[in-house]
Amino acid sequence: MMLQVNDAVVRYGAITALHGITFEINQGEIVTLLGANGAGKSTTLRMLSGLHAPATGKIIFEGQDITNTKAHQFVALGIAHVPEGRRIFPQMTVEENLEMGAFTRSGSFSDDMDRMYETFPILKERRKQLGGNLSGGEQQMLAIGRALMGSPRLLLLDEPSMGLAPMIVETIFRIIGEIRDSGTTVLVVEQNAAQALRLADRGYVMENGRIVFSDKASNLLHDERVRAVYLGESVEGT
Amino acid sequence: MKAFVKRPFVSHLLTSIGAMAIFELMTGPPGSSTTPTAGFTGSFGERASFFGLFATYRFVVFLALAVIVSGVWTLWQSRGSVIKHGVNTGLARPRAAWQLKPVRTGFFLALFIFALFLPHLETDPYWQSVMVEEIAVYVLLALGLNVVVGFAGLLDLGFVAFYAVGAYVTAWVTGALPTPAPFGIHLNAFFAIPIAIALVMIFGVLIGLPTLRLRGDYLAIVTLGFGEIVTIFANNQYGITGGSEGTNAIPHFSIHLWFIHYVWGLAPVPYYYLTLAFVVVFIIVFSLLEHSRVGRAWTAIREDEVAAESIGINPLKYKVMAFAIGAASAGFAGVVTAGQTIFVNPQSFTLPVSINILALVIFGGMGSIAGVVVGAVLIQTVSMYLLHSPPAGYQSSDLYIYLGAALVLMMIFRPAGLIPSRRRRREIGMAEAGEGHMDEVLTGDTP
Repeated sequence: MMLQVNDAVVRYGAITALHGITFEINQGEIVTLLGANGAGKSTTLRMLSGLHAPATGKIIFEGQDITNTKAHQFVALGIAHVPEGRRIFPQMTVEENLEMGAFTRSGSFSDDMDRMYETFPILKERRKQLGGNLSGGEQQMLAIGRALMGSPRLLLLDEPSMGLAPMIVETIFRIIGEIRDSGTTVLVVEQNAAQALRLADRGYVMENGRIVFSDKASNLLHDERVRAVYLGESVEGT
Repeated sequence: MKAFVKRPFVSHLLTSIGAMAIFELMTGPPGSSTTPTAGFTGSFGERASFFGLFATYRFVVFLALAVIVSGVWTLWQSRGSVIKHGVNTGLARPRAAWQLKPVRTGFFLALFIFALFLPHLETDPYWQSVMVEEIAVYVLLALGLNVVVGFAGLLDLGFVAFYAVGAYVTAWVTGALPTPAPFGIHLNAFFAIPIAIALVMIFGVLIGLPTLRLRGDYLAIVTLGFGEIVTIFANNQYGITGGSEGTNAIPHFSIHLWFIHYVWGLAPVPYYYLTLAFVVVFIIVFSLLEHSRVGRAWTAIREDEVAAESIGINPLKYKVMAFAIGAASAGFAGVVTAGQTIFVNPQSFTLPVSINILALVIFGGMGSIAGVVVGAVLIQTVSMYLLHSPPAGYQSSDLYIYLGAALVLMMIFRPAGLIPSRRRRREIGMAEAGEGHMDEVLTGDTP
C-alpha cells in the first residue's frame, strides 16, 4: 500500500468538510475520487498536498506518517500535486516552468526534460513561449510536466479536465494513462466521472464529506447509483 | 467635431495642454484669494481676469512644451504598439540591445568610471555631501528594497526600519548611545559595518517571520506599522536611544594599522569612495542572487505562491531571506549615515523616507538593478537640485507633488519603470493584454 488515509477529519473553522474519510492507494494504480460540487474532493486533495492539515486522523505514505507535513515538503517525499486551475507560472517560458519543477532536485535533470518533451511534443514546440500565453490544454500539460519534473512516485491531479475541450481532455487522460504505465501512481479528482472511470483502476465516491462507497472503476461505471447521480444521460449515449 | 477631437494627435495635444496648465500652476508662485491665477501668470501682480492669463510669456513656453509633449506621445504610441504586439504573440521577445549582457556590463562600467571621477568633477561641497548622504546612501537603500519588492514581490512600506537599525547599531557599538556599548568596548565605526549588517539581517528575520505569513495589502500595512514602531521606540526610549535628540557623538571612521593612521573627517569624499565600493559589492551580490536558485524561487513565489509551494519551494523561508538580504544594504546605509554625519535621531527615519525609497524603486524599475540605481541617482539629484537652487516660488514641501506627478506619468507611459526588468515588463504587458493583473506583483493575489 502506497498511501493510506485513516479516518481523516478536516475542519474549516466551525465547518467540518471531511467527516473522517478512509481510503488507500496502491502502487501503480490510478485511483479516482468522484463526487458532486462540495462533496469534499478538493478538500481531500488539499489535505493530501499539505495545504490543509487534518484535525484528526492519519495520512501514511510508504509507511511514513506524513499527517502534519507542510506543502513544500511533499515534493521531496515523492508526492507531486498539480493544483486546480493549473497554476503554471504565467511569465516564465515553458522551459523555465519545467525547470522550476525540478527545484528540489540536485544534479542534472536534462534527461527528464527530454522525456517531458517526448511525452508532450507540443511543449517542445512552445519551449520559448510564455506559460501564460499557452492554451488551456497546453497549460494543463505543462502543469503535469512541471509536477513530473520533481520525479514523484505519486501524482495528485486536481480536476485536470476543467475548462478543456473534449478532444483535449481525451489527450490529457491518455497521457495520464501513460504516466501510470511508466510507473507513477496517480490520484485523479474529477467531475467528469465517465471519463475518469474509464481511465481509473479504482474509484471512491464522495458525498457530503464522506466516502459513500468504492469499487473497481469498471464496476462503478455500471453501478446504478453512480450512473443515476454522476453519469446521468452521458453514459446512456456511449 | 467629436471625431476630430478623438484623433490621436489632437487628443494628445489637448491632454498635454491640460497637463501643462497644471504643471504651470504647480511651478508658478502660490496664488492667493486676490490673485488666484498667479500660478499661471508667474506674477502676484496680475488680478484674476481672463486676459491676465496671457499677460506674461509663461503660457507661450508651456504651450510650446505641450506641443512637444504631445508629439513625443504620438510617436511613442506608434512605436509602443510594436512592443505590445511583441507581448501578444507570446514569444519571449528577442532581447533588446539593453538586455544584452555586454551592453549592460559596459553601461555599468561606464557608470562606475564616471562615479570614480565624479568628486573631482564636481567640487562644490554641497554636491559632494549630497553625493554621499542623499545619493549613494539612497542607491544602497533602493538596491535593498528592490530585493524585497522587485525580486520577491513583497510590498514593504517600513523599509526605513532597517536603515534606522543600522544607524542606531553603529551609534551603539561606538559607545554613542545611553545604552552601554557591548562589553564596554567602544569600537571604531569600521567594525560597526559587519556588526550592523549582521544585526540588521537578524532584525529582518525577526520582523519577517511573523509578518511574512501575510500577503499583499496586509503585509504592506503590517510593515508600515513596524516602521513606525521603530521610529516611535527610538523617539520615546530616552534611556536606550537618546530619545528625540538622538546622539551626536558617533566617532568618524578611522584606520589605525601599525603606522597607517587615517581618520575620515567631516569631508564627504572619503565616505563617497567607501560607499561607492559597497554599492559595487551590493550590485554584484544582488545580481548574482537574482539569477541564482534563490532568485528563481523568488520569481516563482512572486508569480504564484501556491504553485511555488507545490513544486517544493518553502515560501516563508525565501521571503524571510529576501527581507534579511534586502535589509543588509539598508543596514550598511545606516552605518554610513551615522558615521559620516556623526549623529542619529529618530526624525531621519520617518515614513516619508520609506515612501521615498519605494518611489525610487518604482521609478527606476522594480526588479531591475540598473533601473533602480539610475532611478535613485536621477530622482535624488533632481530633488537635491530643487532644494539647493529652488526655482521661483518653489517650496521644499512641493517636492512630493513633483515626485507624485513623475510617478503618475511613469505609471501611464512606462509602467515597468525607467529601465524595466525583462520579466517585469512581460508581466505588465500581459496585464495590459488582459491576462492577469500587473498588481499581482504588489498584492500577491493570484487568480
